Amino acid sequence: MAPAHPALAAGAHPFPHDHLLGIAQLKPWEIAFLLDEAEQWAELNRAGASKHDGRLAGLTQINAFFENSTRTLLSFEIAGKRLGADVVNLGVSGSSVKKGETLLDTALTLNAMRPDLIVIRHGASGAVQLISEKVDCPVLNAGDGRHEHPTQALLDALTIRRRKGRIAGLKVAICGDILHSRVARSNFLLLAGQGAEVRAVAPPTLLPADVEALGVTAFTDMDAGLAGADVVMMLRLQTERMAGAYVPSTREYFRFFGLTEARLARAAPDVLVMHPGPMNRGVEIDGAIADDIARSAVTEQVEMGVAVRMACLDVLTRRRRGVEGWA
Amino acid sequence: MNAPRPLALVGGRVICPASGHDSVATLYLEDRKVAGIGQAEPPAHAEVIDVSGLVVAPGIVDAGVFRAHPPAAAAGGITRVVLLPDQSPPLDEPALVAYAERLGKPNLWVHPLAAATRGLAGAELAEIGLAREAGAVGVATGRGAIADARVMQRLLAYARAFDLVVVTHAEEAALTADAVATEGETATRLGLAAAPAYAEALAIARDCRLAEATGAKLHIRQVTTAEGLAALRVAQARGVDVTAGVTPAHLFLNDLAVSGFRSFARLSPPLRSEADRQATLAGMADGSIAILSSGHDPQSQDDKRQPFAEARAGMAGAETLLALGLGLVRDGLLSLPQLLSLLTVNPARRFGLVAGTLQLAAPADIVVFDEAAPWRIDGRQFHGAGNTPFDGLPTAGRVRMTIKGGEVIWRV
Repeated sequence: MAPAHPALAAGAHPFPHDHLLGIAQLKPWEIAFLLDEAEQWAELNRAGASKHDGRLAGLTQINAFFENSTRTLLSFEIAGKRLGADVVNLGVSGSSVKKGETLLDTALTLNAMRPDLIVIRHGASGAVQLISEKVDCPVLNAGDGRHEHPTQALLDALTIRRRKGRIAGLKVAICGDILHSRVARSNFLLLAGQGAEVRAVAPPTLLPADVEALGVTAFTDMDAGLAGADVVMMLRLQTERMAGAYVPSTREYFRFFGLTEARLARAAPDVLVMHPGPMNRGVEIDGAIADDIARSAVTEQVEMGVAVRMACLDVLTRRRRGVEGWA
Repeated sequence: MNAPRPLALVGGRVICPASGHDSVATLYLEDRKVAGIGQAEPPAHAEVIDVSGLVVAPGIVDAGVFRAHPPAAAAGGITRVVLLPDQSPPLDEPALVAYAERLGKPNLWVHPLAAATRGLAGAELAEIGLAREAGAVGVATGRGAIADARVMQRLLAYARAFDLVVVTHAEEAALTADAVATEGETATRLGLAAAPAYAEALAIARDCRLAEATGAKLHIRQVTTAEGLAALRVAQARGVDVTAGVTPAHLFLNDLAVSGFRSFARLSPPLRSEADRQATLAGMADGSIAILSSGHDPQSQDDKRQPFAEARAGMAGAETLLALGLGLVRDGLLSLPQLLSLLTVNPARRFGLVAGTLQLAAPADIVVFDEAAPWRIDGRQFHGAGNTPFDGLPTAGRVRMTIKGGEVIWRV
């Protein structure tokens, strides 16, 4: 386990927030604290057949997903159940959203069920913050529009830290559809804040304006962006954005921005390849690279996702569980 | 209706930006008209109101509102509004224009802008000649620009024949189609769909060139960027008959105001960078921008309490227009008579209204205000929906009395 951050040793509260809405609100040592907390859950999850800890017993966790998701929803459900929470999932198809209820009415309805934690994914940037202002329990952002996806960035950081032993000083290239990516925004803020040298690599049509303000360097030439990289993180390119709107075609995209063996040879010899999934093989990444367990951390990312989410669920509910020092 | 009792407003600083009059004097109103300014004793049958220490000016002509709400207007010292055609349904029929013109009477006179195209869809010309006969003082493209340059060219050419001002929204339509913010660091951090600020300059350059080619009168309702102002000044220097307006929001707020997804700061066009805000202030000071309006466009709680991109654009502006405008005077950017020109005579002249002046026989539309009275903007106190990005802001300048057609309709 990494050493505690000096600020924590000096007495800073490790997590003074009611909600987890984004990386932007977190101090570097609060991020380090969450990653440290996640280590124990990574161990527990690997320990054997029994992976149970009862600390959230009796607490109700609602996973309200207003946008389709399989992996993230499953990850939050498993994380909650391993900690003993009563986990309920609300999917788009089962929600009142389709019946014209406003988001805030839905939030107030959920709140009236007296949950102890709400995990929310929504297609609109800022929607999770809006809900957090109207409910009485901790809210965890599982992805809002193009804004943030903090647990994804945390699980990526945990994966990198475990594989590389550190984050500071690493060259991390994040490549693909950055314009529409909440994963990229959260990772920029987290990794740059932990001292990594972060690069944003994308065709010019998929790079947001002033992205450098988030502490990264922008590249539109993938070969240059990958040079010497210790970590290459590929982003998914949505199908509807491939056919002419932002890039001319799938094959042209793969030719210039796909991760191939030849291109990866420009990175550091011990490069770590990551992808938040689900992958488009042959569009943004060569399937053989994704499957190479020596270099690819794709499945480990999924595994660390459960651990990081267990840590977040635990930390966010400490105040209401009356854990000493969290009152 | 009988004419109200004659009124004598005594002891105030009477400013008429149309004539240049600015002195402490008595303003005498009779038969719903201005009957004199001077030092003479008011006749015995007149009601005398002491307005010592206050400013007496023509009622505000608010050129560019989406909602005509008489109580909010009266509280803001506004006696006439130029109404955008974005009503429900849009003002694309002469009968709808005639109906809109009667909406606010007697306390608020509404001067409608007819929809430039059917349903404001930007494709087919609406019956703007008939709309003029029904009372339209101009035609407008509404909340959006007309995307098709050929439609815009024909609109300007046609409107010229009827001597109607064409009021445009200056945002290049395709670039701004899905955008809810101005491209830049704030939009990138928040993950909001954004359009470049130069989308405004593209629209202004195109429309000014088309106005030059057709000889039409063009009014750009809001100019909010440095590049947009540059394009405007080029056209004005070439003699194009183009005027421009702005609202206080773009003079006092930049795009940082949307941080934290504050949907009250969701406006159209979106708030700009600090550099663009400064340029807009400069454009107002040098006269490139000649009209200050409220853009009054209040939205319900349900329409505003939404994720930022889904919230409706617009703010309540009528009751803060004068106070925020007076901020420009306090900041030394404008003299008080200059500010009043932007609020009264300039919009009245542009839209051909007999208003915005205290000359003899002008309509007795008057605002009396205390330029220094401090207050705190509180949307809950507004008449009607109170969503404003200025909520909680301490300001100064209060309307003490609004007189419409010789009758006192607001007094505090």
